Amino acid sequence: MNSMTYVEGNSMIHQLNAGWKLLLLIVISTGIFFIKDWYWMCIAFVLVSLCYCVAHLSWRYFWQQLKLGLWFAGFLFIIQWIVNDWTLGILIGVRLLTLLLLAALLTLTTPMSVLLDTLNWSLQWLKYLHINPKKVSLAISLTLRFIPVIQQITEEVREAQKVRGLEKSVIALAIPVIIRTLKSADDIADAITCRGFE
Amino acid sequence: MSNKNIVYIALFAALNAALGLFPPIPLVGTGVPITAQSMAPMLAGSILGAKRGFLSQLLFLILVAIGLPLLAGGRGGFGVFLGPTTGYLIGWVVISFVIGYLTERFWHNLKFWHLIVINCLAGIVILYAIGIIYLMAYAHLQFIPTLLTNLPYIPGDIIKAVLAAFIAITVKRTYPIIQR
Repeated sequence: MNSMTYVEGNSMIHQLNAGWKLLLLIVISTGIFFIKDWYWMCIAFVLVSLCYCVAHLSWRYFWQQLKLGLWFAGFLFIIQWIVNDWTLGILIGVRLLTLLLLAALLTLTTPMSVLLDTLNWSLQWLKYLHINPKKVSLAISLTLRFIPVIQQITEEVREAQKVRGLEKSVIALAIPVIIRTLKSADDIADAITCRGFE
Repeated sequence: MSNKNIVYIALFAALNAALGLFPPIPLVGTGVPITAQSMAPMLAGSILGAKRGFLSQLLFLILVAIGLPLLAGGRGGFGVFLGPTTGYLIGWVVISFVIGYLTERFWHNLKFWHLIVINCLAGIVILYAIGIIYLMAYAHLQFIPTLLTNLPYIPGDIIKAVLAAFIAITVKRTYPIIQR
């Protein structure tokens, strides 16, 4: 579950403001799509890898991220090699790995709480579209809260169905879980309204 | 938007994450596992309807994008939106809307088989089309080889479509959320 978590540090990349990091990530990754030669792509890969040194991240994290894309990159490389030629295969395979490493750099050097704050802050422009940013923030926090609630309800229903000998039935598990979570959603909505959230 | 709708949207975004906790079945070769998670856009669309279903899946993808490890196998981060399978994730948002729209359309005499057809149409035909077009553009592939890589996923997706249809039709009978 924790393949993508924050690694503490105080490097240059760690200290950069999360909003800037997010913006840079979007700009650079878009730029990478414009690279058309395989050797430039390899240079981009090396540069992104060097960022891991700048961020003082150990090889373990670098390898952990690389491993996630290696299968698919290899698969695309082989297909391109057969269908087109190997240079295109390298371009596409290395591009996948470069983008993966670059994006992981953001999550590895920024705490999740800071990223969530940045997200909530960046929702401000929504008010020009007549969408209340506070309501979007509420939806975000509720989602994070609901994940353990669903897990807990699932566990309760599983135990109840086990007593009835229905522990193998997906339907007997799924339907009570959904209906119970919908009911608890109604209660939560009422509670929010009662507290005067508009 | 009322507080109730916001809570429903959050609930179905969380349901997507909860389905991601079921262990994925790895499929040798492509590196893309079969997961229970692709049932979430079907359930969101057919239980909440078009607008709320669409927003719940969009919310889920935003949380994945900022790095929460909510995709099956604990994946997450902006990287998944720069990968070759991004089309399928974008497709989730699209099909939750389509499934919701069609469900609302047939709401008054909605039958189990209607939902199976809707789920298969959106969850297989439309979703695969978006995913395949994206993958073709991303990896400079031709249509036939890309289509072939998708075939092993079809049986699982049919099972998921039937299961999601059954759950949605039961929820409609006992605790309907779509009001028309």
